Amino acid sequence: MTRLPINSPATRPVASTRSFAAALQAIAGARAFAVALLLCIALPAAAPALAQSGPYVAPGTTETLIKDPADKARYDKLAQELRCLVCQNQTLADSDASLAIDLRRQLESMIIDGRSDDEIKAYLVARYGDFVLYRPPMQSNTWLLWFGPFAMLAIGIVIWFGLHRRRKPAGADGAGVAGVRTVTPRSTPEGGGATTAADLERVSKLLDRD
Amino acid sequence: MKIFKFLLPALLFAVISLFLYKGLSQNPRDLPSALIGKPAPSFTLPVLGQESQQWSPTELAGKVWLLNVWGSWCAACQVEHPLLNDLAKTGTVPIIGLAWKDKPAASIAWLKRFGDPYQVVVSDIDGRAGIDWGVYGAPETFVVDKQGIIRFKHVGPITPELMQTKLMPLLRQLQTAS
Repeated sequence: MTRLPINSPATRPVASTRSFAAALQAIAGARAFAVALLLCIALPAAAPALAQSGPYVAPGTTETLIKDPADKARYDKLAQELRCLVCQNQTLADSDASLAIDLRRQLESMIIDGRSDDEIKAYLVARYGDFVLYRPPMQSNTWLLWFGPFAMLAIGIVIWFGLHRRRKPAGADGAGVAGVRTVTPRSTPEGGGATTAADLERVSKLLDRD
Repeated sequence: MKIFKFLLPALLFAVISLFLYKGLSQNPRDLPSALIGKPAPSFTLPVLGQESQQWSPTELAGKVWLLNVWGSWCAACQVEHPLLNDLAKTGTVPIIGLAWKDKPAASIAWLKRFGDPYQVVVSDIDGRAGIDWGVYGAPETFVVDKQGIIRFKHVGPITPELMQTKLMPLLRQLQTAS
């Protein structure tokens, strides 16, 4: 790979006119862009030759050895329920990460060995923790997770009723207040903005006060 | 009534900020280590460079040892590698390498380049032993005690600080324990 000395003195054209130099520089710029573009396309292809770019994935047998349709259905169901540990919000079935491929292979061979769903899950939970399960199990440390939302709802309902009950009595003896309210809309735009004689009298009284 | 109206949002705010504050210092990628306190999973794998030979953890029964999971494709492994080289020079503890999901030729070339602190390196080409140990990335480092129980696991590159404050004291403590 050769570096492009676009602006180095060695390649800068010794030209008599400025416009010629500018044109050459534009060409050099375009050429650099083209080379960069080519490198972008060529480099990923060349990378494996230079160095192994990621984890090696052993040539797999994944999803090909299971012949029994019932086993295949179990495989698909489990792959949907188990989490890929690397790309944490994908299931094993969804993920293309190399660890997910390995885990699918593990899943496949455990099914072929005739292990039950629970055994397979227990195997993975023992190694990767409950996190590997997309559906969290109900146990003492997940009670908050399972029942927290319902508890919050219950608390919300209690508070709502508490506030509501206290408001009611205030409304019941509020006949006088309601009477006041019927007066106020007159000064709002919905009241039509019409001024009555009483209003004018009140205004003049207020003005006189000063 | 008024106090209640003021207290409720304040309380909510306090609870939410507490959770958010805790969330700041937690890395969702760090999974709780399920295998700590449990017997180290066994394996029998070919020795890197001498593929006709097999190696199994039973050979280190009764000793405190370190399992370091690495791969030539793993950039972070290069970061921690000098620390492992230094540790190997002190001879404190046998370090076993698990070349995880790597081609043997690539592993050998990598060790030539960066140094070989391992007493033995085993090749886990298809990653099955890694799965058995609950490995989900490289590097990972395990400490196994004399009884063959996993006592410590570190995910990610070892740092000098971790080495000083955690790993070395733990190794010394485990080695003096009967």
